[in-house]
Amino acid sequence: MRKEDIYKNIKELLVPVGAIALGLLVGAIIILMIGGNPIEAYKALFIGAFGDKNKIANTLARSTPLIFSGLAVAFAFRCGLFNIGVEGQMFVGALAAAYVGANVTGLPKVIHLPLTVISAMLAGGLWAAVPGVLKAKRGVHEVINTIMMNFISYALIAFLVTDVLRAPGQTPRTVGILPSAQLARLSELVNWSNSRLNTGFLIGLAACAVIYYLLWKTTVGYEVRSVGLSPMAAEYGGINSNQKIILAMVISGALGGLAGAERILGFDRALILGFSPGFGFEGIAVALLGRNHPVGVLLGALLFGALSNGGAWMNFSTDVPVDLIVVLQAVIIFFVAADQIVRRLFPKKKKDWGVV
Amino acid sequence: MLDILLDISLIYATFRAATPLIITAIGGLIAERSGIINIALEGKMLMGAFAAVVVSYYTGNPWLGVIGAIVAGGVMALIHGIVSIKYKANQVVSGTAINILAGGLTVFLLQIMFGVAGTSPQVRKLPTWGIFHPIVYFAIALVGITHLVLYYTPWGLRVRAIGEHPSAADTVGINVIRMRYICVVISGMLAGLAGAALSLGDLNVFVKGMTAGRGFISLAAMIFGKWTPIGAFGASLLFGFADALQMRLQGIGVPSQLVQMIPYIFTMVALAGFVGKSTPPAALGQAYDKAKR
Repeated sequence: MRKEDIYKNIKELLVPVGAIALGLLVGAIIILMIGGNPIEAYKALFIGAFGDKNKIANTLARSTPLIFSGLAVAFAFRCGLFNIGVEGQMFVGALAAAYVGANVTGLPKVIHLPLTVISAMLAGGLWAAVPGVLKAKRGVHEVINTIMMNFISYALIAFLVTDVLRAPGQTPRTVGILPSAQLARLSELVNWSNSRLNTGFLIGLAACAVIYYLLWKTTVGYEVRSVGLSPMAAEYGGINSNQKIILAMVISGALGGLAGAERILGFDRALILGFSPGFGFEGIAVALLGRNHPVGVLLGALLFGALSNGGAWMNFSTDVPVDLIVVLQAVIIFFVAADQIVRRLFPKKKKDWGVV
Repeated sequence: MLDILLDISLIYATFRAATPLIITAIGGLIAERSGIINIALEGKMLMGAFAAVVVSYYTGNPWLGVIGAIVAGGVMALIHGIVSIKYKANQVVSGTAINILAGGLTVFLLQIMFGVAGTSPQVRKLPTWGIFHPIVYFAIALVGITHLVLYYTPWGLRVRAIGEHPSAADTVGINVIRMRYICVVISGMLAGLAGAALSLGDLNVFVKGMTAGRGFISLAAMIFGKWTPIGAFGASLLFGFADALQMRLQGIGVPSQLVQMIPYIFTMVALAGFVGKSTPPAALGQAYDKAKR
């Protein structure tokens, strides 16, 4: 790596790290205000997230859907699109996974599992194609349409899970996923863990690599990024920007569908209503924090997974309500979005690096 | 069958369901007409609903609760405004952050103040005047007032100007930044008031996540009503009617979830221009930078 590149990477880290630091500071002030001890609380938070092997596994399990949803938001961002509908794309992906994974019988695992995962990706991709096409063909802002489609998907899934696909029992859920479509859990592989961390995490790592390759090593990725930087210039350079907008939405939606598939096939093994505490929305924060780069997304997902799991432990051992974590996440998003605040508080050491 | 579905109480139920939508949609269009995307309505409404109950709990006076709701919505909007106007953050991102913040903060404070996880203690609610609680009448009046202000006063003209072409407005001496702050804060105050209509008008408690997407339905009503007060009023009534009707349809076996989709589908169809195109203000979502005019 050249010297300038190293400086550039350090500069890229400034805003996310500064935002996290400011977020934790705001959290500490809130904990003080309610009469708690911030050091004790943050210690409990850390122990809850990374205290032992099993806790680390659970943190990775909580991070897994965020890797997918963060990648989904980041990929759309790279094309200049704000996909706020990852939550809905995840829901329809989950629905497809739950249906194909439980109702298609008689297939060997090598066919059934990929088939189920692909149907989840297809469902998410098609769901996201609608706002993509409307943006490309009718010029409608994708933010509004993806919000609307989130609510349509909530209602659709609520209807299907409580009525049509409901398994017998108290809680609304679909019938269990067949063994031939399940992602293996850590708890089934080793005896020291009861974690539901599953092979979906490895798919998440692979997805980061694939998206990196796609964006920076292929022509399509170059075209997508060109449209994101300037649709007009891209069009002038011979890129069909409408086509790239639709493509970016479909890929983004497919990643959202994968987030649903991992939860249904590995973590929950059925579609339980309310399985997501908002993974799609946390993905927005993860993508922002990760500067829309797959490596950043991975780190952001791990951070948010750790905050959520550690938060529960903090609540248990220090009486600071777990919802403080949600407040922290919102504050971090504010500081990342308003990066000028962070840049002002953490000024550059030297004025000019030359080429940056 | 129709006579079971349609009677005078259905009309009352429609107005009750439409009230928070009307107020929030009007608030939303004031912000959006000035050029600020307001997807944070949901969060501001939720904060308003919460503050209303807290103030009514500690003072025993629901009217003070309403004022508390307005202030809380305004404060959330001020944060939204500072981040998106002064620091030029992406308005959709900051709006999302407001929604997440409100969801977390209300539950957090519910634990701290009342030691409960989901539902606050009961408080004194607003009185009923005739058929409705007072905020319903205010909502209807608000439509007329906003229409007059937006289209028949210089102030309204300025709001519309800075949302369409802020640099042109600036050259004729309109303070774009200040106007946008005012519009965003008014919008937040109205969303907060709508929250009070839910928690002190319809109910007498705060329930975790009680706005249940109404902020987004209001956004939909604003778009479906083509960013005009009267249009937003009509759309809110329509969506309120759908809401009131779903309860009854459920009674005769129609799944309520399918009826709940209607507002969102209508909005997408309207935006796509299949039935009378909705066009947003031209400068919507762009931070105003004086240096770039």
